[in-house]
Amino acid sequence: MIRRIVRYLLRRSAAEADLDEEVRTHIAIERQHRIDSGETPDRAQMEALKDFGNVLMVTEVTRDMWGWGWLENLWQDLRHGARLLWLNPAFTIVVVSSLALGVGANTAIFQLLDAVRLRTLPIDRPHELAEIRIAGGNGGMGVNPGRYARITRPMWEETRRQQKAFTGLLAWSQFELRLGKGSERLRAKGLEVSGEFFPVLRVAPWRGRLFQQEDESFACPATRAVVSHSFWQSQMGGRELGPDSKLFANHQLYEVIGVTPPNFNGVAVGETFDVAVPFCRPDKEPRRDRFAYNVMGRLRPGWTLERAAAHLDALSAGIMEATEIQGYGSGTVARYRKFRLTAYPTSNGVSALREDYDSSLWLLLGMTGLVLLIACANLANLMLARSSAREREIALRLSLGASRGRLLRQFTAESGLLAVIGAALGVGLAQILGRILVTSLSTQSSSIYLPVGLDWRVLLFATAVAAVTCVVFGTLPAVRVTRMQPESVMRAGGRGLTAGRERFSLQRVMVVTQIAVSLILLAGALLFVRSFRNLMTFDPGMRQQGISIAFVGMPGTMPKERLEGFHRELMEEVVAVPGVRNAGSTSNVPLLGSSWGHGFDIGATRGGATFTWVSPGYFETMGIPLISGRRFDPRDTSSSKRVAIVNRAFVRRFCRSADPLGQTLRTGAEPGYPSTLYEIVGVIPDTRYSGLRDNAPPSVFAPGLQFPQLGPWAAVMIHAETPQAVTAANVKARLSQKFPELVVEFEDFRGRIQDGLVRERIMAILSGFFGGLSAVLATVGLYGVVSYIVAHRRNEIGIRVALGARKEQVIRMVMRDAARLLVPGLSIGVALSLAVTRGASALLFGIKPYDPPTLVAAAALLAAIAAGASFVPARRAASLDPLVALRHE
Amino acid sequence: MAQPYKNRIELLQGTLDMLILRTLQWGPQHGHGIAQAIRGNSGELLLVETGSLYPALHRLEKQGWLSAEWGLSTNNQRAKFYKLTAAGKRQLAAEQSKWELLVKAIAGVMKPAREA
Repeated sequence: MIRRIVRYLLRRSAAEADLDEEVRTHIAIERQHRIDSGETPDRAQMEALKDFGNVLMVTEVTRDMWGWGWLENLWQDLRHGARLLWLNPAFTIVVVSSLALGVGANTAIFQLLDAVRLRTLPIDRPHELAEIRIAGGNGGMGVNPGRYARITRPMWEETRRQQKAFTGLLAWSQFELRLGKGSERLRAKGLEVSGEFFPVLRVAPWRGRLFQQEDESFACPATRAVVSHSFWQSQMGGRELGPDSKLFANHQLYEVIGVTPPNFNGVAVGETFDVAVPFCRPDKEPRRDRFAYNVMGRLRPGWTLERAAAHLDALSAGIMEATEIQGYGSGTVARYRKFRLTAYPTSNGVSALREDYDSSLWLLLGMTGLVLLIACANLANLMLARSSAREREIALRLSLGASRGRLLRQFTAESGLLAVIGAALGVGLAQILGRILVTSLSTQSSSIYLPVGLDWRVLLFATAVAAVTCVVFGTLPAVRVTRMQPESVMRAGGRGLTAGRERFSLQRVMVVTQIAVSLILLAGALLFVRSFRNLMTFDPGMRQQGISIAFVGMPGTMPKERLEGFHRELMEEVVAVPGVRNAGSTSNVPLLGSSWGHGFDIGATRGGATFTWVSPGYFETMGIPLISGRRFDPRDTSSSKRVAIVNRAFVRRFCRSADPLGQTLRTGAEPGYPSTLYEIVGVIPDTRYSGLRDNAPPSVFAPGLQFPQLGPWAAVMIHAETPQAVTAANVKARLSQKFPELVVEFEDFRGRIQDGLVRERIMAILSGFFGGLSAVLATVGLYGVVSYIVAHRRNEIGIRVALGARKEQVIRMVMRDAARLLVPGLSIGVALSLAVTRGASALLFGIKPYDPPTLVAAAALLAAIAAGASFVPARRAASLDPLVALRHE
Repeated sequence: MAQPYKNRIELLQGTLDMLILRTLQWGPQHGHGIAQAIRGNSGELLLVETGSLYPALHRLEKQGWLSAEWGLSTNNQRAKFYKLTAAGKRQLAAEQSKWELLVKAIAGVMKPAREA
């Protein structure tokens, strides 16, 4: 097609010259004939021309025969449209940029949503994949490391042995790898996978081979590894694998036997892996309370998900009995035996990212959809205003015989040009926006890997948006104009004194809609911004600023009798560092999402609370005051009486009216945590525990040295007056003198907490951006319509001014017109906001979706901007010179 | 103003193509020549307007019934000559038999057998 067009264009000028010559020849021959028959040359020339008729008309209709008429017309229309757009740069820029922003924002969010939610895993027949879980979860029983950890290893092995619904059952879990030795150690993401992992997923090796069932049968620790394509490229230089392809990680050597394909990044969407190691055969039975694995299977042909789920349910009782949890109280065991396995569809993988962002992304897509709606309304309004301004031109052309179809084609070409340019820019913008979004989802502690590419679906989406916009909003106004009677237009053209109300009805409706929709967006934006601010300024009951977390650990093991001394010396060294005000170690760093709890009996009641073992300096370091009783001190050791400090929530729940001090609680036994009797010696206020959003749970604190799992490692909270980098360097320098082998890693407490608020930050920024954008677009729309009304009432205003109307009166008159649009828009917007923002309540913190101050603020803000925008044309109208206005026609 | 062609007949739709093809059966001819020939052969009754002639010529050329090349006219003028192609000849034959059928049919209606 393109080649044909080019060839045609090249040939076209030649053909045209040919035709001209042909016509000239015809006339010349006729003239010669006439001269030959005795006419004078002058008369012959005249008669020959007359005889031929209208040269232009003849060449025109002849050209039509060439069959390229439609293309010619299209080309003409496009050129004409481009010229018009070029001549109205302000109009073009406003339309194209609002369309680009609308399409771009939509496409970016859609791309993200697609990557997180809609896309299936890049494996063969992903729809056959199902995830196996305990129905309703395990209720926090045992150890639950990681977001995808759901099944214990014995449970998986028993299920694998008994089930018939799947061709294979794979298990995997994530772990952290340390690559290399000493100070050059690098963190890497590890996957521990069962032998079925790659065969069941049907992942083919990129290099070497991937694990088979046999790889699982070697004794622990496993010594073979498979690496991801990106790791192979970045860390192994993409070299071919050989016997010397080794990897030193976690203090041991692995042989790299294979590389996975570039598009395979595991089954967790939003995450990637570096190194996969196979399951190995441990020398003792694996723990029955570590719900550490994620289990998936490929459905056998003919099996549906429902049938598989029913099958698993039927097997559950036997599986739970065979793998019964050990070392727990009878209640826990009874609960365990009631667990039922079930199957979930998992063709698009598992994703913590999806769980966290699903509703946010849909909400954002809704917002961008509304922004696009406003942008389209703007486009329509501008096109409408333009085509109305061209009414006389169109009427003239219609009465001169132009066909309606021809005029419509021209308008379509014009708006199509706008839509295509806008959509193209929007797709480009979407790529940039999408990349920014993915980067802003990543934090220092968790990097997000999302292949957000331009695929055909996204292109189709943008094209559809552009096409609909083009057809509906560009051509409809033209249809309206061409349907009018030419003579009525010619007669009405500005002669009437006041503009008819119905002439603006469509514009009015659209501006009212724009204002209403942008009020929703503004109100939503304010809600999210305030919610984010609430979180940022929220006091969790402890100090956040100036706190560094030092994770310290000695490689290898340490004899039990030396542990206590190690911890004591460690804390002494840290506190002695210049600039350090205070320091305290803890078994669980608060507010970062992790938690540890135990069940206990207190008096006659049974309950559960979070348990944290902290060193004496902890409460002062974290700025947590004591309400009553005493703090921990160096006399609380592993050999002294077991004591506890509880928070207010604990007291409220379990101590009721009695004085908590002196009361005792006995914990239930768990593996590694024998049943212990604690005496309450102090009470502290409520502090948030695993996250800012959750209310303070009943909490128990015990002396760090009494921690049953005490080891040669610790998390030390350090309150220092020096900047974090300086503190880190000083502490590391000091500790390396005393403990040369000690590994120390630093993190900023507040930074880590804020990492947990990424979603809220993104929602606040994006909704703020979209809200602002929509307000600007709606304002432009209002400004356009008010200006247009003023232009049409020019004569009327001129007469009023001539008859002595004062400036303020004219301004008031125009502003009244604007208010007639603004007030209904705002009222509808408020009503809609109340209905719509309720959907966001789960994402809000410390604020209700029906928050009157927010709504009032949004409405006032919009009203102020809109009033400002209408004031400009109003003032222009007021300073109209009546003579000029009346002479205008 | 004189009206030399008072008796001219409006051409039936589609007959112009046939007339052009027929005219070119005697050899290549340029546009003016074709118009002249049709006029002459119809006893000055059929006047072909340029606004119909040239579109028809270009259309027939596009359909492949005519080919065109530049040559010299009788008084040494460069002119575009149209020539019947093989396809054009077949088309002419088809049109001619269709035309004869039509004439016979119309004649039959206008001059019923009863009178014979």
